[in-house]
Amino acid sequence: MEKKLLEVKGLSVAFKDEKVVDDISFEVYSGETFALVGESGSGKSITALSVLRLLPTNAEVYASEITLNNDNLMSITEIDFCSIRGKRIGLIFQDPMSSLNPVMTIGEQIAEVMRIHFSYTKAEIETAVYELLQQVGIPQPARRINEYPHQLSGGQRQRIMIAIALAGKPDLLIADEPTTALDVTIQAQILELLKSIQQKTGMALWLISHDLALVSNMADRIAVMQQGKIVETESTKVFFKQAKHPYSLKLLAALPSMESCVNKELKQTVATEPCLLVVEDFKVYYPIRKGVFKRIVDYVRAVDGVSFHLHKGKTLALVGESGCGKTTLGKGLINLIQSISGRVLLNGIDLTDLRGDTLRKKRSEIQIVFQDPFSSMNPRMLVGEIIAEGIKALHPEIGLVGRQERVADLLQQVELPLSAALRYPHEFSGGQRQRVCIARALAVDPKLIVCDEPTSALDVSVQAQIIDLLKKLQRQQGISYLFITHDLAVVAEIADEVAVMYQGKIVEHGEVEQVLTHPRHQYTKTLLEAVPKMVN
Amino acid sequence: MIILWTDALIYLLVFSILLSGFFISRKPQLKRPLRKITISKTGMISLLVLVFFIIIGLLDSIHFTETDSRTHEIISVLDYWAKPLRTQSEKTYSAPFSAYLYSKETMTLEDGSQQWGYPRLKYGGSHLQKPATEWKADLLYKSFIGFSRGASLVILFMVLLWSFLHDRHKYFLKGPTAKVVWFAVFLLISVSYMLIYLSAYYHVLGTDKVGEDVFYQAIKSIRTGLVIGSLTTMIMLPMAIVFGIMAGFFRGWVDDVIQYVYTTLNSIPGVLLIAASILMVQVYMSNHAEDFNSLIVRSDMRLLFLCLILGVTSWTGLCRMLRAETLKLREMEYVQAAQALGVRQGSILIRHILPNVMHIVLISVVLDFSSLVLAEAVLSYINIGVDPTTYSWGNMINGARLEMARDPVVWWSLLASFVFMFSLVLAANLFADTVRNAFDPRRAEQGE
Repeated sequence: MEKKLLEVKGLSVAFKDEKVVDDISFEVYSGETFALVGESGSGKSITALSVLRLLPTNAEVYASEITLNNDNLMSITEIDFCSIRGKRIGLIFQDPMSSLNPVMTIGEQIAEVMRIHFSYTKAEIETAVYELLQQVGIPQPARRINEYPHQLSGGQRQRIMIAIALAGKPDLLIADEPTTALDVTIQAQILELLKSIQQKTGMALWLISHDLALVSNMADRIAVMQQGKIVETESTKVFFKQAKHPYSLKLLAALPSMESCVNKELKQTVATEPCLLVVEDFKVYYPIRKGVFKRIVDYVRAVDGVSFHLHKGKTLALVGESGCGKTTLGKGLINLIQSISGRVLLNGIDLTDLRGDTLRKKRSEIQIVFQDPFSSMNPRMLVGEIIAEGIKALHPEIGLVGRQERVADLLQQVELPLSAALRYPHEFSGGQRQRVCIARALAVDPKLIVCDEPTSALDVSVQAQIIDLLKKLQRQQGISYLFITHDLAVVAEIADEVAVMYQGKIVEHGEVEQVLTHPRHQYTKTLLEAVPKMVN
Repeated sequence: MIILWTDALIYLLVFSILLSGFFISRKPQLKRPLRKITISKTGMISLLVLVFFIIIGLLDSIHFTETDSRTHEIISVLDYWAKPLRTQSEKTYSAPFSAYLYSKETMTLEDGSQQWGYPRLKYGGSHLQKPATEWKADLLYKSFIGFSRGASLVILFMVLLWSFLHDRHKYFLKGPTAKVVWFAVFLLISVSYMLIYLSAYYHVLGTDKVGEDVFYQAIKSIRTGLVIGSLTTMIMLPMAIVFGIMAGFFRGWVDDVIQYVYTTLNSIPGVLLIAASILMVQVYMSNHAEDFNSLIVRSDMRLLFLCLILGVTSWTGLCRMLRAETLKLREMEYVQAAQALGVRQGSILIRHILPNVMHIVLISVVLDFSSLVLAEAVLSYINIGVDPTTYSWGNMINGARLEMARDPVVWWSLLASFVFMFSLVLAANLFADTVRNAFDPRRAEQGE
């Protein structure tokens, strides 16, 4: 057995009277990858931050023992602790966009760590930064060293974050959801990078994640956290074969898997039935303006000539990485963004021709559910008002009583209690809010709902519930979905057809089983390979 | 009864506040936050202080012509009740509660000889035979009498209230903050009764250069402060909200025009505009002397125009803030969802944008309120503020400039205006804070 690097015994963290971490104990051995897995709010990030003493001052931390290489971290003074953070324990945060200082060059930000922890000369620091950039795989490091964070892509920024964490040559690297904000293909690269660095330096990696598939590829040992408690700690191999705790089993069961599409019975469609939605050569361009007179010099081709069709009661999944134009396409279809050219035929009527009041009336046919259940509802309106808003706007003839009945009916459909109507959005959890958003979209009897990543902000178990709800509503009411997502596993669960988007164009379109099992286009293949798969 | 211009606007304001209160009480989800305010101790106490100030201001806003005087002066209800304070002027400065003048002069004694010393006041402490020995005991005794009379008045009122309400409106008497609030009411009324009682015998806050009672001046200034704070806000708020939200929401040429207007307005020094408009009003009034025959009508007109021009020059800051916030909000998904639902743009503005910028409006209005009261003081300094005959804290502070340079220092004018202004602004700030917290659904649940 390797030697213990970090040992935590009896750690509890409380905010006011609420315990968020409740008497947990674990250890990280040197050189291994230890994964702390749990759903949002289970206290996994708080655990990491409390070890590093980075929690806000209103948090109360108790622990019987926290040792790093047999040094008691509890008894170290705050000033001496600075030499532990960054030097002996490195930290990578989730969001590379907000964890870099936008007004400092990346070279300075990496050098800052070295200047604090080592007494290098200026030249030594420069070479060290250069080497680090090379190590984390930044192309042309000599030029990049003087660039600012906004000049880099998301994946590159995360590499810089890793470089900063590595600058102090730590024994332990804590990675708090290091790839959640990134695309699948980039995620695969970053994980690969972390693995190779670990092999080279022999440091321990403490990975915090909600993604069991990712963890199964990376970790040596897994600890599952639920509501502030560690319910199961097991080596990865054993865990995925025979998890013991019911919560772990529940997590494993909720995991959407790509195989689910294979055995799915296909919905029969009559070929002669006219299509509900026909999109022809749809284009959305954003002008790039330059000069004093704001002349249009070029266009960003966000959606560049997309054509597809969708039958009634079917689900078309639109898959692609961030920036491929899938959200723009979704919003363009419901006229939230102006299109340049192309036709959107809904039951034979071209929506792009409509203006003013006729467009307003027609809007009931096609609705949208957004990704972020927190920002998609007005925080100052009651849930009942939010759901009733569309009815009020499009069917003013329905009176107050009629509206209330309809709201009650809708709440029932999305499986929420009737009392929800008189509460504010913030009183609900993410999954419940997404249900309210679905109810709001349903309120005006749409034929088609554009679902813009409706599940990606949710935990796995909640994600499964929302997908089940969407499926149930489709069976009952025959609604069609245009399901925009980056998550191929979700696609396998819900979609009948898949369209893969890449740089504003649809590169592959077909039945879900065929696309996911026998992809034809090179990009689809890359995408599928990058998805972390369960190691069985 | 005579209704001055500012009076009419004040009545309008009070009426609209009552109306909106009536509306709120009919909606259950808006009534909940009101309950929240009643739970907050600071909120209730600051509300109490505010109401106290507003009542004084309202009493001072009911004007009529004094019938029994030869001059047919226009006075307010407050003036009528405070007649002794208004008329009993001394010769010049006297310190608070003093029986003597603050400056030495030659006095003719009873035996005909002349003496250089501090003469007795005409009214303040004139009931004392030998001030040197009796003064302290008399002051304590009179304070005690005044306080206990006030206290017994409150207690009597509370006993009556208790016997009428004790089973119907339990909330009034047994609510979570009832004890603190009733104690504050008790203290406020007892102390003010004591001051009123004392002011019949002494000049509670001394007298100013021409011998006028400073306590009376400070009380009269309450109305001026409230008028400047509230009327200016009333003029500035609609402009800032309508233009700010429209510029942020519609973008394009609407945004361009509004931005152009406020940058232009901002680039003209505010003092210049204020001076110009005040001078214009003065010229207008002297050309139409027959319409402005009374001193109080003239000073009221000047006050109204000051509010107007302050309002016109001060909306740009808030407008810019609201524009920025609206730019952020219009990209929020709930606004897009509303668009997708076919909600009209006007409804989106009122239902989705406006409620979500109200917290900014509330904070900046209260901060502006205090800075407006201060601006009035600054403007009075360069003689373009309120009329010199209008009682205002600004004029008092302006006068105190010379008094502070005097030796021995005359400090009571400055102190009086400071204390009154401070309590009004502080109460307004604390109350606005409570209101903001109560109406924010995300904060409201966390409680105190």
